Amino acid sequence: MALSRRQRSRLIHFTTTAVPLAVLLAVVLLADWSAIQQAFFQPEIAADLFPRIVTVGVKNTLIYTTLAFIGGLLIGLPIALLRLSSVRPYRWFAATYIELLRGVPAIVTLIAVGFAIPIALDVRVPGQYGPAALALALVAAAYMAETIRAGIQAVPRGQTEAARSLGMSPARTMIAIVIPQAFRIMIPPLTNELVLLLKDSSLVFVLGTTAETVELAKYGRDAVSRTFNGTPLTVVALLYLAISLPLTRLAAHLERRGAPAR
Amino acid sequence: MIPAIELRGLRKAFGDHLVLDGIDLQVAAGEKVCVIGPSGSGKSTMLRCVNRLEEPSGGQVFVEGTEITDPECDLDDIRTRIGMVFQHFNLFPHLTVMGNLTVAPRRVRRMAKNEAVVTARQMLARVGLSEKEDAYPAQLSGGQQQRVAIARALCMDPDMMLFDEVTSALDPELVGDVLKVMRDLADEGMTMLVVTHEMGFAREVADRVVFLDDGQIVEEGPPAQVLGAPTHERTRRFLDRVLHH
Repeated sequence: MALSRRQRSRLIHFTTTAVPLAVLLAVVLLADWSAIQQAFFQPEIAADLFPRIVTVGVKNTLIYTTLAFIGGLLIGLPIALLRLSSVRPYRWFAATYIELLRGVPAIVTLIAVGFAIPIALDVRVPGQYGPAALALALVAAAYMAETIRAGIQAVPRGQTEAARSLGMSPARTMIAIVIPQAFRIMIPPLTNELVLLLKDSSLVFVLGTTAETVELAKYGRDAVSRTFNGTPLTVVALLYLAISLPLTRLAAHLERRGAPAR
Repeated sequence: MIPAIELRGLRKAFGDHLVLDGIDLQVAAGEKVCVIGPSGSGKSTMLRCVNRLEEPSGGQVFVEGTEITDPECDLDDIRTRIGMVFQHFNLFPHLTVMGNLTVAPRRVRRMAKNEAVVTARQMLARVGLSEKEDAYPAQLSGGQQQRVAIARALCMDPDMMLFDEVTSALDPELVGDVLKVMRDLADEGMTMLVVTHEMGFAREVADRVVFLDDGQIVEEGPPAQVLGAPTHERTRRFLDRVLHH
């Protein structure tokens, strides 16, 4: 039986709308809502978490994320510059760093910085947040170095030529002309990196955290084992979203604001 | 008298491709020299070798008697004496017009901000764009951007100016304003080395016209002679193509 083109398009339209709707309906009707509510949405348990889940958990997550992000930029920028250097050993060093720290799970780097290196070299990173923040920064730096390199290379050659022809040194050209333009190009990928870091900060538990330095995810999991209930995980998820959504909105705003000046 | 620019046996190769094959040229202080020639003849490369944006493969380049091809020379310092204007303007898009004009004087010459701003305003007035100091390059037409680029170079108070096909990327109706600024500059006695396709400008402004083909200087002399009565067959063919089309 041959369908006309119109009949076929109508059939496709019907199935693509009706099938997902039917599935959704089945889930809604068949799910045990009271059990779900019991396990994940108990208002009293949720209310009990406040305010400490914010004053401790959210606060520490923000501290780890901020330290790691700033540290990542500070370490990532010189690595990006080494990666672009005309001196071959510099390039090799930067490439090795990037490949190594990108290729190894963040959790391994955390353990290395927190335990292995202090044992091997007898140096300890100072500060309550120090070792974990440094480890996250080292990982972030590897990703950011590539982002920064790509941003720098996206600035047209003519910009460097114009600056050099005015007598500006290579370093001055980089700082005053190339990097400001590169950063504008890098806002979207750097936001991405920030959000990834926000979630990677949940890994710092492997180094052991105190009641003072515990971050949001661990705080939630402890609450789950204390209450034998999943509600804290729901609260944790919502709090992560409450942090990350404004960040991505802000980045979108910055990007738009930067656009007309280009 | 030491020439402003002197090229001695300048050679430049990109891989196997020889772009400049032994160029000898002198530009005296205050002289205006226009370089013409077919595309791919090496004129832009030659110009870019003068301030070493392009690294020569052989030969020497002297700027006011200092050898810029000497690896020991203070390249950045010599470059402050050579203003350069590019085909595609290359204004800094993240800075306002005022920012474009003051960034090098402040960071290289260590000029105080208000002093740099005063100079910048004078130069903007010279190119007729006083009202644009707060605009960003993207808000300007091509012709205005190119005039800002000329002003930017002038803010460093250079002894000479290099122009690299500065009107080639402009809409025809915007070319006139840029050429007028260049003509004014020539009248004020600036040393100018100009790579151009504007034969009218060359005829009117140049003290000397150099015809370049295949990486060699084929012919040079006063504009009336090179453009009006060329002695070389290659020059004649080139002029036939550009003047009668």
